[in-house]
Amino acid sequence: MTGETQNRNREKVLSIKDLSVNFKTENGLVQALRRVSIDIPPKQIVGLVGESGCGKSTVINSILRLLSNNAEIIQGSIHLQNKNILMMTSTQLRAIRGKRISVIFQDPMTSLNPALSIGRQMTDIQYRDQINQVAKRQRAIDMLTRVGIPDAEKRLKSYPHQFSGGMRQRIAIAMALIMEPDLLIADEPTTALDATLQIQIIELLKTLQKEFRCSVLFVSHHLGLVADFCDQVVVMYAGEVVESGNVRDIFHRAAHPYTKRLLECDPARIKTKTRVLPTIPGYIPDLVNLSDDCIFKDRCHVKDNKCPLTVAPLTELTPGHFVQCHLSQEGENL
Amino acid sequence: MTYYLIKRLGVAAITVVIAVSLLYGMIHAVPGDPLSVVLGPRATPEMKAALNKRMGLDKPFVIQLGTFFINVLQGDLGTDVFTDTSVSEIFFGQLPFTVNLIFLAIGWSALLGIPLGCYSAVRRNTLIDKLTGVFSVGTIAIPSFVVALYSLLIFAVWLKWLPAIGAGKEGDFMDQLSHLLLPSFAVGLGWVGYLSRLVRASMLEVLGENHIRTARAFGLKESTIVLGYALRLAILPTVALLGVGIGNMLSGAVFAEIVFARPGVGKLIFDSVITRNYPLVMGSVIMTTILFVLFTTVADLISAFLDPRIRENL
Ligand SMILES: Nc1ncnc2c1ncn2[C@@H]1O[C@H](COP(=O)(O)OP(=O)(O)OP(=O)(O)O)[C@@H](O)[C@H]1O
Ligand SMILES: [Mg+2]
Repeated sequence: MTGETQNRNREKVLSIKDLSVNFKTENGLVQALRRVSIDIPPKQIVGLVGESGCGKSTVINSILRLLSNNAEIIQGSIHLQNKNILMMTSTQLRAIRGKRISVIFQDPMTSLNPALSIGRQMTDIQYRDQINQVAKRQRAIDMLTRVGIPDAEKRLKSYPHQFSGGMRQRIAIAMALIMEPDLLIADEPTTALDATLQIQIIELLKTLQKEFRCSVLFVSHHLGLVADFCDQVVVMYAGEVVESGNVRDIFHRAAHPYTKRLLECDPARIKTKTRVLPTIPGYIPDLVNLSDDCIFKDRCHVKDNKCPLTVAPLTELTPGHFVQCHLSQEGENL
Repeated sequence: MTYYLIKRLGVAAITVVIAVSLLYGMIHAVPGDPLSVVLGPRATPEMKAALNKRMGLDKPFVIQLGTFFINVLQGDLGTDVFTDTSVSEIFFGQLPFTVNLIFLAIGWSALLGIPLGCYSAVRRNTLIDKLTGVFSVGTIAIPSFVVALYSLLIFAVWLKWLPAIGAGKEGDFMDQLSHLLLPSFAVGLGWVGYLSRLVRASMLEVLGENHIRTARAFGLKESTIVLGYALRLAILPTVALLGVGIGNMLSGAVFAEIVFARPGVGKLIFDSVITRNYPLVMGSVIMTTILFVLFTTVADLISAFLDPRIRENL
């Protein structure tokens, strides 16, 4: 058993198993993640999609152990190769943060320190390396040039507010890749940018991912970008993974009613001209008072007499394509 | 930064001109005839007229103000009506006593208050944080003259560790320093509380910002994050407060100066107001105003040095 687990971990860069996270709040215990499992294979881009509030950022903050103080990890493990991140000491954590796992945050306007030059910030994160300041600066210049900052050497002295949003996100990418991590996490890296910039940033990420041969966990609302950019897709709903598989599984053979609805609501896929964007009727369940039933039952459009409305087991439809729904088990076309 | 420096100094100069004009006008509008004060109740109208002319009080206000500015620029703040010595000589004779007191008081309270605030923010809601909170509010709540009286009573009268009153022998550094300890303790104690509360609050705010999360996500050491990344921003409100606070204390340290019978600017102004020594009041108040503007300007320059966004927003 242990041997087998290790074997499976070896072929993953990161493996999240049965992760459950609660937040203590005034209104009660928010069960933000429940038994979430996600595998990230080497050199693969894994997309994480789902409505706002479904727990995507909580997954990321759990991986980096940056959860707020009111968070409580109830169960589960997060293995980085064969070490459980959840068991690491703060020193061990510091050793992997930014070095083996690095992250690009959503809002480039606030995620860099406003009082320090980007040169300083980019050399500071190389503090582990026993090379001199000049070499660190050079590495920062090379990296900035690589992500498309013109005149990088001069711009080292500049402060974040002197760059546009798109430029700042490029700088954030440069910072994230400078230590050549095994896993790059991007939490909605383009949501704050306009459409043209979005494409540019994604193209940049694509080429850099190939060049640096790292894995990417890509969080996005934008299904079009995910379809275009990712190898694997994980669909989350209200704190649970409801479906996961490779891009073709998710975009052509979606099995969970939520995934299907999500795809129907993607503006890019709507062929007919319409003024009203379709939305999924209903709301995500209250994460404080969860019943034991299926989390999607209130919004499900396919439930019928055959469905027991209880939580369905996660089943593997075809190799690598997992879904959590009673009705999809029969492989029907829903 | 050079550009900011020039602009900021320009603003300071304008501020001084406006403030001094207002002050000059105000002092002229105050009831009470300076001539009667100088010449006494039995002065004849002829004597008054002569002095009036000598002091330039017969000319229009604008001319008086203009002459005054020219004189100030030449370092001439007027002449004390009683002793006939120059006001600037008297003022700058007293200034070092006050400046030493203020800087020692602010120095020790900043050295204690700022680290205390940082520590409380980083270890918030621990026992030490709560104790610091109680201590801070306590020191803020006690008026500084009460601290002055009690510290005088305890350390000077009962324990006889430190001298009670005066500023110490001239030229004797150790003696002067020992005379400074109690007053600076009394003046500084409340500042420890203020500073630690202020630093704690702004530190907590900064530590919650996104860029701190980024720094953590890149595995920077907690000490680098707090001291190198957060404090630089969290200290800004404190710098501004200190600029205003030090400026205020130039004349505001008067309590400590009176309780400890020390010479100083506060005492000088207090005495000259009581004796209606107009030129001396005027000259001292104007000098403290100029120094006030100077301290706030320095505070702004420090802020601009710490935060590049300030440099570009003037
Ligand atoms: N610090 C916190 N305290 C209490 N509840 C929290 C906290 N952080 C997140 N939550 C709750 O946990 C759930 C998941 O939030 P999370 O931020 O992970 O969602 P998300 O999928 O990233 O959403 P978005 O797309 O809007 O970024 C939400 O219900 C949210 O309200
Ligand atoms: Mg999020």
